[in-house]
Amino acid sequence: MTATDAHADHDPHHIGHRGAAGYHSMAVGHGEGGPASKRIIVGYGFWIFLLSDFVMFSAFFATYAVLKDRTAGGPGAHQLFNMTDIALETGALLLSSFTCGLMSLEMDRKRLWPTEAWMLVTGLLGFLFVFLEGREFAHLVSIGDGPQRSGFLTAFFTLVGCHGMHVSIGLLWLGTMMAQVYFKGFRQDIQFRVLCFSLFWHALDIIWVAIFTLVYLIGVHG
Amino acid sequence: MKLLGKLDWSAIPFDQPIPLAAGALVIVVILGVVALIFAKGWAPYIWNEWICSVDHKRIGVMYCSLAMVMLVRGFIDALMMRTQQSVAFHSGGYLPPEHYDQIFSAHGTIMIFFVAMPFVIGLMNFVVPLQLGVRDVAFPTLNSVALWLTAAGVLLVNMSLVVGEFSRVGWLPYPPLSELTYSPGVGVDYYCWALEISGIGTLAGGINLVTTILKMRAPGLSYTRMPIFCWTALASNLMIIAAFPVLTATLAMLLLDRYLGFHFFTNTMGGNQMMFMNLIWIWGHPEVYILVLPAFGVYSEVVSTFSGKPLFGYRSMIVATMAICIISFLVWLHHFFTMGPGGDVNGVFGIASMIIAVPTGVKIFNWLFTMYGGTVRFRVPMLWSIAFMITFVIGGMTGVMLAIPPADFILHNNLFLVAHFHNVIIPGVLFAAFAGYVYWFPKAFGFKLDEGWGKAAFWFWVIGFYLAFMPLYVMGLEGMPRRMQSYDVPQWQPWAHVATVGALSIMCGIACMVIQLVVSIRNREQLRDDYGDPWDGRTLEWITPSPPPEFNFAVMPNVTGEEAYWGLKEAAREQQRITRPVPEYEDLEMPRNSPTGFVCAFFAVMMGFALIWHIWWLLVLGFIGAYATLVVFAWRDLHERIIPKEEVARIDLENRARRNLALQEGRV
Amino acid sequence: MDIMASPPRRGRFRPPAAARVLGLVCLILMTGCREDSVFTPIGPVANGERLIILDSVVIMLAIVIPTILATVVVAWWFRASNRRAKRDPSFVYSGRVELVVWSIPALTILFLGSLAWISAHDLDPAKPLKSNVQPLDVEVVAMDWKWLFIYPTQGVATINRLVAPTGTPLRMHLTSATVMNTLFAPEVGSQIYVMNGMVGTMWWQVDRTGTYFGQSNMFSGDGFPGMRFEVAGVSPAQFDAWVAATRGRGPALDETGYRALLKQSSDLKPYAYGSVAPGLFDAIVQQKLPPGEGPVQAGNKNPFVRPVRSP
Repeated sequence: MTATDAHADHDPHHIGHRGAAGYHSMAVGHGEGGPASKRIIVGYGFWIFLLSDFVMFSAFFATYAVLKDRTAGGPGAHQLFNMTDIALETGALLLSSFTCGLMSLEMDRKRLWPTEAWMLVTGLLGFLFVFLEGREFAHLVSIGDGPQRSGFLTAFFTLVGCHGMHVSIGLLWLGTMMAQVYFKGFRQDIQFRVLCFSLFWHALDIIWVAIFTLVYLIGVHG
Repeated sequence: MKLLGKLDWSAIPFDQPIPLAAGALVIVVILGVVALIFAKGWAPYIWNEWICSVDHKRIGVMYCSLAMVMLVRGFIDALMMRTQQSVAFHSGGYLPPEHYDQIFSAHGTIMIFFVAMPFVIGLMNFVVPLQLGVRDVAFPTLNSVALWLTAAGVLLVNMSLVVGEFSRVGWLPYPPLSELTYSPGVGVDYYCWALEISGIGTLAGGINLVTTILKMRAPGLSYTRMPIFCWTALASNLMIIAAFPVLTATLAMLLLDRYLGFHFFTNTMGGNQMMFMNLIWIWGHPEVYILVLPAFGVYSEVVSTFSGKPLFGYRSMIVATMAICIISFLVWLHHFFTMGPGGDVNGVFGIASMIIAVPTGVKIFNWLFTMYGGTVRFRVPMLWSIAFMITFVIGGMTGVMLAIPPADFILHNNLFLVAHFHNVIIPGVLFAAFAGYVYWFPKAFGFKLDEGWGKAAFWFWVIGFYLAFMPLYVMGLEGMPRRMQSYDVPQWQPWAHVATVGALSIMCGIACMVIQLVVSIRNREQLRDDYGDPWDGRTLEWITPSPPPEFNFAVMPNVTGEEAYWGLKEAAREQQRITRPVPEYEDLEMPRNSPTGFVCAFFAVMMGFALIWHIWWLLVLGFIGAYATLVVFAWRDLHERIIPKEEVARIDLENRARRNLALQEGRV
Repeated sequence: MDIMASPPRRGRFRPPAAARVLGLVCLILMTGCREDSVFTPIGPVANGERLIILDSVVIMLAIVIPTILATVVVAWWFRASNRRAKRDPSFVYSGRVELVVWSIPALTILFLGSLAWISAHDLDPAKPLKSNVQPLDVEVVAMDWKWLFIYPTQGVATINRLVAPTGTPLRMHLTSATVMNTLFAPEVGSQIYVMNGMVGTMWWQVDRTGTYFGQSNMFSGDGFPGMRFEVAGVSPAQFDAWVAATRGRGPALDETGYRALLKQSSDLKPYAYGSVAPGLFDAIVQQKLPPGEGPVQAGNKNPFVRPVRSP
């Protein structure tokens, strides 16, 4: 299914298609053709949310940059990180983005079980990521290098933890979407939601790449 | 573990009569209103048509109402501060420090976050879709969630009056004073959680409006045909999206410091308090323009309408607006020249701050030239606009003074600064809110506000403003720091008295506004706006009936130039009838109302309260509740409601008939 | 630079004399010709800053006043009831007018921007004051809620009283033993934030004898209004006499004395310490002596709800 045939005859908010001069436009909302289709509006709005989320992360990145060397006599980045675990985490998350893409493709073909299966795989990989991160955190806390130890560890735990929390919320969302797709089928609004979810999931990947580079790689080797 | 966390009877200020009485009064009023609603049988109407409403116009009205109620609360705080400073020479006055400090913190917090913000957001919500010629916003239910999350923040702030305390560290919680060591009470927690919750609401509202403006406009309404208010709304909401996440993050860091012993801003263990100031002002300076840009939009609409002319230099205004939008992110450091960053840094940020004065000055001149050659009608919104132009340039001047680092070294953080930002925010934002309130009130409710009481309110406010804030400039030059609960410098006191008189005059202004509303409701038949265009307007909102139907436009207007409505009206005037042919009406689908926003906010308050008082089971309960609410909403099968074409036709034809009559009688 | 070094000389910008007088009159009227304001400077720093304020006000008033008048006149002349006014609703764009409305504020800001840039360097608080007199070192510590002034060379210290020999630059190093504050005396000049664990540098100079008002200018908690100090301008001879009379007498500021001082208190009457433990200031900055511990809970059952300041 493509977006165009979806909204030619069904536009839930019924705007811009029968309003002026018999418009049946595929308008993108730049003024000439009237309001854009619901799909574009939803996607666009969610993109803007993602941008705002990036802004929030950039505040945490900036904080990390400021506090990186303020170790208060405690350990620095190069003493702490276990790169094997981090590589596993990264692998799991990047792979989950790939399976998320496969999920979107199956959804476009409206095949229920393959879609659900890829959702499940995405979720499991995401869960693996959260589990590994949680284990790393627990380990650091247990050796006395928790976030209370120094400004550096505070910033580290917050930046990485904020990403981890996003992934966890994403898992909750994914679970909810699996149930929705199962019970409600590939209804248009549900497809929009899955679309937003996959945008979210890929965005978290981008953030993770930044964390992996700036925190872990530069932290250990820089 | 205690079931109620930190909460016990010592939280209720039995020893402090003022907050206790105020709190009791608020509770009585709320209960009274609720009782009245139930007694009169209005409850289903209020619930279905307002609380659950996802109509952008009603949401806008509720935002503005919330702002006006909170204006009274914030103003009472101001009055207490002014009277305290009047009497606190060589004495403690009548407010002890721990109470006075809460009052100025609450005053600033409330006035910015819960008066200026909701007022401006309310006006944008009400007006923007109408001016864009569309039936709805991009995300109506999200919009409702945004409103109710703001209300949740309001509730938490007011709760602190009776349960516990409010923040005592000022409207921005500078650490380390706001850290647990120096502020062990729950005040800062109330502040942070209230703003975290309402900040998420603001962000959601911003996403909604940006998407609406960029992706939903009537056919033909290209960027260079958009009314200037829509442009300023776009700029403002873009800034919300770029700035509010930083506030969320910054307050989250402070909360982590306070709750879990992190070291973002602490004195010890590698914390860095200067980082807080940078972060908070990276949000805080754009915040000023988030408020003031839509206000400039209101003035642009009002000045143009009441001068009977299109806005002078429309494109120049767009450039100026977007220039301010961008530059405002590059000036945050001028809030702390006194941190000692050195001449280069201070010089750069000083100049950047001054550069903002250029597009702002251009705007003032453009309004001036809009009046030039026009036919100026001194109705209440126009009076507010002219008072703004005169007063704001003074505030702008003192602003540029403060942007010169060495001048700031001597004026920073004293009453000169306080006078300056009131001198820009009151005329810049509040006067615009009042102008917009009078200007769009007939559109929202179908009748105009009483002119006489409106003018009385205007004069009390303007005179009160000058009396209240000009003395603060003098006191600042005399070296009086801000936030002084008591003092022993005799020469400050006479000026404090003058400022108190000014505050009393503003109180009369507020009273006049209340009377104006009551009188206008009583005389609504005489003040009726029967065909929807009471001010001879120029933009699309005036093509709709007053109040507009839920669907705004029976058919979507086809825009062919700037000032879409004015062109149609000119043609209609010539022919003395509406020239647009009667369209073929069709069934319309509008979004269904939903209690999602209200219920979400209920659980948000629950979670906020639980966090403030460390009641962890309640937090879990609140989270489950909020999640369940979203799932229930997501499971909904019917999103739209059909409005039959007969109904659409009836409403539109009736309005056409009224307009035709008015045209024939030459009233348009 | 020249602004700082020689008080009577003007800054680099000289608006017309009439405008300067006008601005001065306005501001003097504003302050009611009173003593104790930024317009009665007693040293080169405040003097330089006063000049900047006056210059900028005069320059801006030259635009602000005509703008205000024009607003009133245009609005009134084009009132609906004025039959003589020539209406032109089509006057919505004019390239010439646009050029003027952009260039007037732009030129002003160009002008003031230069003023800001130059003066931001000349009057930077950390920039040493030029003088033939050997500067006097003062170490300043903000505490809850009082000011501690340490004279390391002289080995004495004062609470809430800065004794300053006239004509002598004060080289001040500032820190905080608690939250953020600023040291501010309107007639003397600059202020900078003082923060725990950090040292700021600021130069002051008092040129006239007398007692001047000072106050923390940055809200720092419930006792903040009582965080006043006085600047005592005394002749160098009197200063030496004061040091001689103080040294070795009265209480000693050692670690015990300092820890006692750390407890929250406000509205302290000025007093002096006859001796100061060497390196005290550095110990505070390096947090070898811990920062203040915040409010003491007096008779309050649950301090984490509504702490009340101990009387």
